[in-house]
Amino acid sequence: MLEVRNLFKSYDGKPLLKDISFQVGVGKTVCLLGASGSGKSTLLKIVAGLESPDSGSVLFDGHDLANTPPHLRDFGLVFQDYALFPHLDVYDNVAFGLKMRRMNQDEIAQRVANSLEMVNLTEFEKRQVTDLSGGEQQRIALARALAPRPRLLMFDEPLGALDRTLREDLLNELRKILHQTQIPAIYVTHDQEEAFAIADRLLILHDGIIVREGHPADVWSNPGSAFVARFLGLGNVMEGKAIGNKKVETAFGTFRIDCVHTHQKGDKVHVLVRPLTRVERSEPLGEGRRNAVNLIQGIVTDILFQQERFKVTLDNGLYFYLSESPKIGEKIAVQVKVECLT
Amino acid sequence: MNQTVSHRDTETQRLLNFSVSLWQKRFLFWLLPLSFLLIFFFFPLSRILILTFDASTFTLENLRIAINALGFTFYQATLSTLLTLLLGLPAAYLFARYDFRGKSLLRALIAVPFMLPTVVVAAGFNALLGPRGLLHTLFPVASLPFIGTLTAILVAHVFYNATIIIRVVGNTLSGLDPKMEQAARSLGANPFRVWWNVVLPLLRPSLFAASLLVFLFDFTSFGVILLLGASRFSTLEVEIYLRVLKLPNIPLAALLSIVQLVCTLAFSILYTRFTSRIFSYTPRSAKSNIRKPKTIREKVFVITFCLLLSAFFILPLSALPFRSLFRLEADRGQRNEIQPGFTTDYYTELFVNRRGSVFYVPPIEATFNSLGYASATVALSLLLGFPAAFALAKPTRLEKILDPLIMLPLGSSTVMLGLGFIISYGAWLTSPFLVPVAHTLVALPFVIRTLQPAIASIPQRLRQAASSLGASPFQVWKTIDLPILRRATLAAGTFAFTISLGEFGATLLISRPEYPTIPVAIERFLSQPGGLNYGQAMAMATILMTLTTLSILLIEKLRLPGAGEF
Repeated sequence: MLEVRNLFKSYDGKPLLKDISFQVGVGKTVCLLGASGSGKSTLLKIVAGLESPDSGSVLFDGHDLANTPPHLRDFGLVFQDYALFPHLDVYDNVAFGLKMRRMNQDEIAQRVANSLEMVNLTEFEKRQVTDLSGGEQQRIALARALAPRPRLLMFDEPLGALDRTLREDLLNELRKILHQTQIPAIYVTHDQEEAFAIADRLLILHDGIIVREGHPADVWSNPGSAFVARFLGLGNVMEGKAIGNKKVETAFGTFRIDCVHTHQKGDKVHVLVRPLTRVERSEPLGEGRRNAVNLIQGIVTDILFQQERFKVTLDNGLYFYLSESPKIGEKIAVQVKVECLT
Repeated sequence: MNQTVSHRDTETQRLLNFSVSLWQKRFLFWLLPLSFLLIFFFFPLSRILILTFDASTFTLENLRIAINALGFTFYQATLSTLLTLLLGLPAAYLFARYDFRGKSLLRALIAVPFMLPTVVVAAGFNALLGPRGLLHTLFPVASLPFIGTLTAILVAHVFYNATIIIRVVGNTLSGLDPKMEQAARSLGANPFRVWWNVVLPLLRPSLFAASLLVFLFDFTSFGVILLLGASRFSTLEVEIYLRVLKLPNIPLAALLSIVQLVCTLAFSILYTRFTSRIFSYTPRSAKSNIRKPKTIREKVFVITFCLLLSAFFILPLSALPFRSLFRLEADRGQRNEIQPGFTTDYYTELFVNRRGSVFYVPPIEATFNSLGYASATVALSLLLGFPAAFALAKPTRLEKILDPLIMLPLGSSTVMLGLGFIISYGAWLTSPFLVPVAHTLVALPFVIRTLQPAIASIPQRLRQAASSLGASPFQVWKTIDLPILRRATLAAGTFAFTISLGEFGATLLISRPEYPTIPVAIERFLSQPGGLNYGQAMAMATILMTLTTLSILLIEKLRLPGAGEF
């Protein structure tokens, strides 16, 4: 089991990682999600031993790795730009880690064949890596990292350079392989779809701090902060003021909120209005509905067709997913559920 | 069991590799190259400096000689540069704008002299225009004296450096966006105004940079002046040589060295400034504006200039092997009958240890000496160049300071290096090992500049990937860096080899009489009377030219993977 304890790291006096701690359990995939510059690649390099932290420690099965150089950590690493060795063919690339471990030829051949089978590139042994497509190169890079059966696998934006369909295919294969081999993994990405698809546990990194950690479904249903909700694109985030228990006043109206904590009158509160959940298209406000609870109204300014739904933007800047398309310029009202974020 | 063994390996490797911090690593990288430079460059340089600032150095006579030498050095370098421009600019235009058959061959041909040893070029002109040369022996009436004239020096300098103007200015010219000239024309400029007001101003930085580089080479020229000037002309370098070996006055030689060093440093700094401006100033276009000559005038220009260039660059280089294989006059004192015609005597004579000849050993030994020195230079300069290039490929603040220091020997004259050795390590001059050391000083900057970009071009991720797969730092170097760098290493080694083969200035000062190199042997043959000596000089120079040309071809081939210009 990998354990990262209280890591600090700064570059040129600017703090990049501030007190990072997390664990990767046996057979689990932990996904580090963050925008570029959030420090996630640096964190990965520290775990790999390619950089050293200012303070804090990296432990594996209880052993501190501070004095273990990268080549003795036995952690596999897969890069976004593959980093295949251009002077070696596919076989020698995949065999590289095995040769470094001084295995005998037969076992190396066996393992290379195995790894290539895992990534579905069995016939590629004698090919030059420079002749391969991006997707194939990334599979070879994955096979190369898998071949020595490392005790941990690390992925640094591994699918970032690939196009969408290829990305989905490879992601599925990767999930299958990680499940099969039960190798614990750290997966770094800025793409939330990728993160939610592959993570057993999700860590959201922002400004060198883990702002949210949890099971993907938990994080989704309970983002916990305005930043996470915005970053994950969960819906309309607005700022408001508590005007009583479970009641918040915002620029878009006064809402009754679902909330576990208690707010003092006058507290600043962020709320989330999800575009999809429990949204019902309503007729524009009539006299009788003026006091209706959690009703948002506005004039439709933009409609975007998204296969099974329409993304409708209102003149107040809020957006909702509706199953039927209204008309631009039409005044509509929607019933919303409002969640508290802080 | 396996487990325990690998664990012990782990421990030792940990101690070996990981206990060193970044700074300690940098220190290890620099240890060898810096100590080498300190011992063999900076210490001798400091000795020369100390000698220079001795009160006895600044006598009126010494100052007069120094000022005269400096004056003539400037004079001949300025004239040479102007003449080089005169030939180089139209040639640059020819190559940058016109497409014609044999173009790449002609361009490669013009580039050959630049890498040739000075003794070969001097011997080539001697074979063509010298008193025993082709022209003189075939048409005794028509020929004018050539060796020992300023003309000879100027012509050889143009021959050497025209390729610089052609490459540097030509590159800018061919990259110039043709739309700018078209725009100028549409705005009412005639072809002359287009050149004067648009093209020339855009070419100015590269024109200055190229001229300055040519000037720098002419300024530090040694072999050409010594061999073609026949001791009648003294540049700073020649004067240093004279004051060390012929009319010993070491303090004066030291003073001249420092004057020379200050001048070349100033020019180098100016040059760096100009080159940094070339790219930012010139709007470039990917579209080619090279075309076939169409009008009569264009065709005449292209054909005449091609013929002129071919003659100028082919004749001296072909006269050399020709003259080494044909007897054109009596070998005075050695033979009685005149037997003009084909002969291999000059080559077979190289294997004979003749009593009373210039050497104590068969002259062909010079070839073996040269090859031995060159091999030692390759080994030494790679050994020192690799760690330095590795450190420079990932520069920290330390490397920014060290980089110009490492390149400093490039700007100092080779005769000065020889002088420094004589002053500092005179006692060691009896052994031949100082010669490859001097050659390494000259070759090291080239070796580093060849390796450094190749090392920098290897993505750090490859090394990290290898490391994460279990490769130790040494294994990373062995399995990743070295195989990828094979090409660059071979090119750097060949560079060192070529430089060592042709090095003349320092070798002339420090080589032992019984261990001559090819250039030194050629110089000695040329300075002796008699047709046989002359013929042997030609034969030696031909051997050197062949060896060097083969090396140049190898370097070119290594530099351009796949389809090159050839």
